[in-house]
Amino acid sequence: MRVLRVGERALLVELADGAAAEAFHAELLRRRADGALPGVREIVPAARTVLLDGVAEPARLAAELPGWEVRPSHARVGEVVEVPVRYDGPDLADVAARWGVSPGEAVRIHSSAEFRVAFCGFAPGFGYLTGLGARYEVPRRATPRTAVPAGSVALAGPYTGVYPRSSPGGWQLIGTTDAVLWDTGREPAALLSPGTRVRFVPAPRTGAGR
Amino acid sequence: MNDRAVAVVRGGALTTVQDLGRTGYAHLGVPRSGALDPAAARLANRLVGNDEGAAVLETTVDGCALRPRSAVTVAVGGAPCALRADGRPLPWGTAVRVPAGALLEIGPAVRGLRSYVAIGGGIAVDPVLGSRSTDLLSGLGPAPLADGAVLPLGAATAVRGSVDAPPWPGPPDELVLRVRLGPRDDWFTRGALHALTTRAYLVSSASNRIGLRLDGPALERARPGELPSEGMVLGAVQVPPDGRPVVFLADHPTTGGYPVVAVVREADLGAAAQAAPGTPVRFVTAR
Repeated sequence: MRVLRVGERALLVELADGAAAEAFHAELLRRRADGALPGVREIVPAARTVLLDGVAEPARLAAELPGWEVRPSHARVGEVVEVPVRYDGPDLADVAARWGVSPGEAVRIHSSAEFRVAFCGFAPGFGYLTGLGARYEVPRRATPRTAVPAGSVALAGPYTGVYPRSSPGGWQLIGTTDAVLWDTGREPAALLSPGTRVRFVPAPRTGAGR
Repeated sequence: MNDRAVAVVRGGALTTVQDLGRTGYAHLGVPRSGALDPAAARLANRLVGNDEGAAVLETTVDGCALRPRSAVTVAVGGAPCALRADGRPLPWGTAVRVPAGALLEIGPAVRGLRSYVAIGGGIAVDPVLGSRSTDLLSGLGPAPLADGAVLPLGAATAVRGSVDAPPWPGPPDELVLRVRLGPRDDWFTRGALHALTTRAYLVSSASNRIGLRLDGPALERARPGELPSEGMVLGAVQVPPDGRPVVFLADHPTTGGYPVVAVVREADLGAAAQAAPGTPVRFVTAR
């Protein structure tokens, strides 16, 4: 673990890999729930770091963190969020070709994995989901699309993500969901937050006109 | 709708509702948002008897025009500008009374970029995740003001205290930003770090509420490759592949994949919000 100072009031904790970052993030949330982590405003997990922002005493916390005993992250008992997907994305055939399988097999691979939200960002409600094996990593598109439709299910690097709203994007689009990823009129607003378990369930193809 | 409201006669180039922002949701990808010059927003609120965190209007460059449906107390601060009610001049930077139905014109910024319009009772649009701020990156909060829109106001309280001519810092001729290096300063060459803290940059016209974009010497990387996405803070000096630094302001993304060479002190960001394109910028290191 490496603890880096970020400005006056933040710390960036760098972990060995994504799994270690998840475990450390879980430990932070546990301690905060127990009231043992006062004076920290934001906890932002990412690919292999956790950012602590709005820290009242950054020097003291930076000295303390490396001495923490971090319990290994075990499988959550939380429910799995099921996201229905029509695997109709324009990049599905390209992704299948990169994996060396048929499009149907690519759908089977993607929909049989269990994902977890490693971290969020890019837009409210956008989660970076891990769960596909390393051999299924795909690069971003060489040319990003200027408009990716809301609900697009997409792949880039080791991650799967769902676009909460229409935006530019360079990820490979494999499908579409009607699930509402972000709704500020709902509690919680985000369907997916760090640590959430997710499965993508193939939705039956509907008739023409959709 | 009752008469505690103002109608928008002219929204201007970009006028948004802002308070002190929404914290606690960065892990969901929600920016902090809030007034870019929070000291100006707080002071304008105090002048009209509001809580410091009441929602105000933040104009950009060319002001706006409003018509209150009832008599209101208004204070405009931040970037100096001309004020008029039904054509009559009003003083800037202090509390003034505007009668019901009058046309309140907030003129273009004379210096600086962003004026703050506080109205007694505050702008009372529904909060989203605890804040009324417009977040332009993710589209949370009310849309930027459009001509013809009507904004509700909260119940006004009596103006307390006697501060009627407070000191307002003028917009900077040169923007000096105190920074602490890191967390990714080791991704840059020694020459790049030297350039960052010794050479002059200029505020680019591509700046917005998301970031202060700078023209000047490109910062050279000491190492190639991609940084895995990591959390970003307000004031982060992020360096995209073109090497030109961007100082993250209130609507910045909460995670990002370009290295942050340094972080600007929060106290210096209000001045950054008032720095017009072409303003010289110097970074100085401070512990």
